[in-house]
Amino acid sequence: MLEIKGLKVKLEEEDKQILKGVDLTIEPGTVHAIMGPNGSGKSTLSYVLSGKDGYEVTDGSAALEGEDLLDMEPEERAAAGLFLAFQYPVEIPGVGNMTFLRTAVNAQRKARGQEELSAGDFLKEVREKAKSLKIDAEMLKRPVNVGFSGGEKKRNEILQMAMLEPKMCILDETDSGLDVDAMKLVSEGVNALRSEGRSFLVITHYQRLLDHIKPDVVHIMADGRIIKSGGPELALEVENNGYADILAEVA
Amino acid sequence: MALAQLKMDTTAARLADVEIPQGAAWGNAARADAMARVRQMGLSTKRDEYWKYTDPASLTVADAPAAAVFQSDEAPLFDAVDRVKIVFVDGVFDADASDDLSAEGVEIERLADAMATDIHWAKDIYGVLEKRGQIPVERPLAALNTALATDGVVIRVTGKASKPINFVYLHRDETSDAILHNVVKVEAGASLTLLESGPAAARFSKLLEVDVADGGIFNHVRVQGRDHERRAITHCFARIAAESTFKSFTLTFNGVLTRNECILEIVGDDAVAHVAGACLGDGRDFHHDDTVFVTHDAVNCESRQVFKKVLRNGATGVFQGKILVKEGAQKTDGYQISQSLLLDDDSQFLAKPELEIYADDVACSHGSTSGAIDETALFYLRSRGVPMIEARNLLTLSFIAEALDEIEDTDLADELRDRLEGWLSRHS
Ligand SMILES: Nc1ncnc2c1ncn2[C@@H]1O[C@H](COP(=O)(O)OP(=O)(O)OP(=O)(O)O)[C@@H](O)[C@H]1O
Ligand SMILES: [Mg+2]
Repeated sequence: MLEIKGLKVKLEEEDKQILKGVDLTIEPGTVHAIMGPNGSGKSTLSYVLSGKDGYEVTDGSAALEGEDLLDMEPEERAAAGLFLAFQYPVEIPGVGNMTFLRTAVNAQRKARGQEELSAGDFLKEVREKAKSLKIDAEMLKRPVNVGFSGGEKKRNEILQMAMLEPKMCILDETDSGLDVDAMKLVSEGVNALRSEGRSFLVITHYQRLLDHIKPDVVHIMADGRIIKSGGPELALEVENNGYADILAEVA
Repeated sequence: MALAQLKMDTTAARLADVEIPQGAAWGNAARADAMARVRQMGLSTKRDEYWKYTDPASLTVADAPAAAVFQSDEAPLFDAVDRVKIVFVDGVFDADASDDLSAEGVEIERLADAMATDIHWAKDIYGVLEKRGQIPVERPLAALNTALATDGVVIRVTGKASKPINFVYLHRDETSDAILHNVVKVEAGASLTLLESGPAAARFSKLLEVDVADGGIFNHVRVQGRDHERRAITHCFARIAAESTFKSFTLTFNGVLTRNECILEIVGDDAVAHVAGACLGDGRDFHHDDTVFVTHDAVNCESRQVFKKVLRNGATGVFQGKILVKEGAQKTDGYQISQSLLLDDDSQFLAKPELEIYADDVACSHGSTSGAIDETALFYLRSRGVPMIEARNLLTLSFIAEALDEIEDTDLADELRDRLEGWLSRHS
């Protein structure tokens, strides 16, 4: 599904190398988790994959189902099936959540040569999916993320993901700021989307999310590299002992 | 050259070949009076403080600069609205193209007919509100309009008007120089929606005087047309009485020069006055100026000024807005916001927001900002699959939304939103 090879990235404006050679292969239908100390480059990786400005790829490649991602505009990557649930979802005053969702869904359908969803069908689908995430109608009417609590913003990200039905979902600390119940809701939302043709890359600091969304592979990222990969037990090790041992082991 | 001399010369040159239209009854006196004001004040120049950001030269020269007639492929505005259409072609009333000048709740007459009637209600408004609005800031071009207006209508609203009245200003002649003056009197408890649309003329001077009596409601929605080379100086003078509502919204597309002045005087308690506008300009030859003066002279009144400008490719936007709260105008709630969205580094926004307050129990706020498209929001939208241009247009519309929200009638607001989307899609 996703194949990243030797990816090196620096900031465009400064001479600061952030990703120092990331290798990562995610098979279709699998869930991978990335953990790692603050500032190790996890969000940067997700931004670079989704096409945010400000970063320069100095080496390496990233492909989605064999297609070179790094050559595409952000909207093309989305249409190709990539989705990023932001660590910090963006507020857009003046743009209604519904308008936003509908514009996004239809833009992607158009890019893929599908017909646009009728207003009625769209509404029905949003209502259903919003309900399962306990997002009320009032929230859908408000401007995108404006005045949403931290947890509401995260649930809104998952709603977008559910509507857009991407193939490769990257979740950047979707669990942070969620209360226990919301974490369950969000996890259920994610698990409902799990399928053979869809993969997940879950960035998190905590084992708790991985109790709900069971990963196939866990990676540890430090200083711009993936330094260790393993099964779910790796997350438990981090939870219990922190990163010190793992960092020492590879050093 | 001394400023006084420059103003005298400018005035002399403008008036050299001018004759005041002659009618009968009170009209002649009102015009002569206004002409005396023009001569006494002298016409505006770039060196006047109030014209610091906008050069009035092309508005004061004797011969109006020509403006190509723009062929629009859009349907005429407000076509779907059940309305009384009053058409002016290059500033001349066109009876054939207009509807019957009648509707329930309103009395409509041509200005010349009203002026020729010895005893007429319009006598107490025509040039009167304009004259009141000359203090504390002189507006010689408004007085010039009162003196020279060649056409216009006067409307008395006696009840709830059964339908909106729409002034449609068509532009057909490349060299037209039109001067129109309209008067509206909203009687106590009466209400009217006035629509104005169209580019009007190569050069257009238009003045609207609105007198809203106690409990009256006046809603105004105006769209200034797409002709690129047109010039316009417009004034709206309104006197707003107790418990009445005045709401005006203007949408401006293109135009080499537009100056819209709105002078509101709130004279009765518990009244509401809103004036808002949005403009979209593309290119160095776009210059748009909103100049607003709101005077609070009563207790417990609310005023709002909301102006949004979208500027690209070297366009210029100007906002000069003032809230004056007079002594004793307690419990005033005054709000003013002017913002520009600069779609590139070449465009500029010049703003002069002012508050002058002589009462102690008031809540007034004002703000002015100038900024580019929010890159973070743009990326967020694109990451959801919305193409660059569509995403930018969506953010631009959202920027304008606060001004558009000032339109009372949501159908009208939707129609204007469609026009905005059309403009944005043509200019992206
Ligand atoms: N635009 C930027 N400008 C300056 N520094 C940046 C920028 N983007 C990333 N960095 C730096 O790159 C490093 C990696 O940041 P990144 O946000 O990817 O870390 P992270 O692993 O997601 O951390 P966290 O767990 O705290 O979310 C940090 O040192 C950060 O300060
Ligand atoms: Mg991060």
